[in-house]
Amino acid sequence: MAGDATGDSPVIEIRQLSTRFGDHVVHDQLDLEVRPGEIFALIGGSGSGKSTLLREMILLQRPTGGTIRVLGVDLQNISDAEALALRLRWGVMFQHGGLFSALTILENMGLPLREHTEFDDVKIDALAVEKLTMTGLEASAGAQYPAELSGGMLKRASLARALVLDPELLFLDEPTAGLDPESAGDVDQLIRTLHERFGLTIVMITHDLDLLWQLADRVAVLADGRVQGIGSMSELAQMDNPTIRNFFAGPRGRAAQEQHRRQVPTAVTQMEDGRSP
Amino acid sequence: MTFLSALEQLGLRASAAFERTVALLAFVGESSLALVGWFVHPSRIRWRPILYNIGSAGVGALPIVGLLSFLLGIVVAYQGSAQLRQYGANLFVADLVGISMLREFAPLITAIIIAGRSGAAYAAQIGTMVVTEEIDAMRTLGIAPIELLVLPKILALLLVLPLLTVCADLFGVFGGMLMARAQLGVGFSEFLDRFTKVVSVTTYLIGIGKAPVFAAIIAVVGCFQGFGTRGSAESVGRQTTRSVVQASFLVIVADALFSIAFSALDL
Repeated sequence: MAGDATGDSPVIEIRQLSTRFGDHVVHDQLDLEVRPGEIFALIGGSGSGKSTLLREMILLQRPTGGTIRVLGVDLQNISDAEALALRLRWGVMFQHGGLFSALTILENMGLPLREHTEFDDVKIDALAVEKLTMTGLEASAGAQYPAELSGGMLKRASLARALVLDPELLFLDEPTAGLDPESAGDVDQLIRTLHERFGLTIVMITHDLDLLWQLADRVAVLADGRVQGIGSMSELAQMDNPTIRNFFAGPRGRAAQEQHRRQVPTAVTQMEDGRSP
Repeated sequence: MTFLSALEQLGLRASAAFERTVALLAFVGESSLALVGWFVHPSRIRWRPILYNIGSAGVGALPIVGLLSFLLGIVVAYQGSAQLRQYGANLFVADLVGISMLREFAPLITAIIIAGRSGAAYAAQIGTMVVTEEIDAMRTLGIAPIELLVLPKILALLLVLPLLTVCADLFGVFGGMLMARAQLGVGFSEFLDRFTKVVSVTTYLIGIGKAPVFAAIIAVVGCFQGFGTRGSAESVGRQTTRSVVQASFLVIVADALFSIAFSALDL
């Protein structure tokens, strides 16, 4: 896998993380590591703190205690300049796209380039179109406004914007949520292609069982403020922890597992590293 | 029992109000710091959104500010004329309209209109961007929302509100002039003659001088309430309403404070 070739220090390292909102404990001494080049998924019920964890990883929220290191940089006490430098090294695709509704798709993608590089307009447009076509959108879609695009196209455009600064690390928040099965399958395929092509480390939040079985190298199950289990989906399916069992026990969980078993050939290459937590 | 729970409610509300005030002050501080950053590095000033906001909050508001201050001038002159006529003091309508319009009504009505028009728009725009994750996206793309969304609005309004107030002065006095001729038989030239004698430049400047303070209040409250949006579209509506109510309230409070200060200074 792409990850085995790159360095071995973790891309994201979370130690003793705790987050509280008043009396409500979201994370309680949580530890987590994301390795270079892997596709890492965070799952858990609503309110399990996975979105908060993601927001803390991308500097949108501060934890109450503990340390988070992303790409080797400690997020606690980070200066504005360091934060900016770090933000340019990762891309984020938001659940609802987060595209600026006042700008066209191409302007949306050009914005980070205009802000942070000295490129001229021609070069910026060329780069934006390149990333746009890479995500499977027609170049003509670039002239449209986000409101004019379908859900699947919005996700692609959002992904294209996240990629425009050539990030080393990609965060995806529910990449397939709200999509019809066919578009969701396309997004699966797109993420796989991007991962293979650039060797990106990908961290995602998802409920999509297909995405988890097909794509995720390792999955962390969050509940009660901690990581209940971590490993490949096949490994998690073997675990006895009741929270994890619930996740696999439902009819949808079983169906996805069943389907995965039938597609063993592709799945084996996915799971070959078989690293245990 | 009920007394205790009422006391508890009071305490909770007081602490919530206190927290909101602290948050507003923090926002003012953050914005001021960013503004200082702009003046230290003028190359970072974002002209495009500033110009855009001057257009939307200023030029766009001209018709309604003009019309309403014109009507206000008519009303003031009409109400005054009944009293003045009794004493045969018809010409004093110029004093009445001139001083009340320039000093109080024009800046106040302009600020209230802009609080409803632009302050609400600021809260709604930023609130919607919070809900659609555009603010989060902006931060992750390394663009400070304060610099792109807040400072241009504050600067634009600081410039535009005094200008709109001048416009309100003109239309208000014009309205009063029309009414003075119709009701009291005071001709335009008589009116203007008296007007220039009794209305000092200080009166005019006091009115204009209040406008930037009102502008800062409206822009800061509108943006602050916008950023206070949480979660849903419903919250956008609530924050927008709140921004108008709070901005109007604070504008009138500030105006009252100005009156006290000016009377202490004998202005």
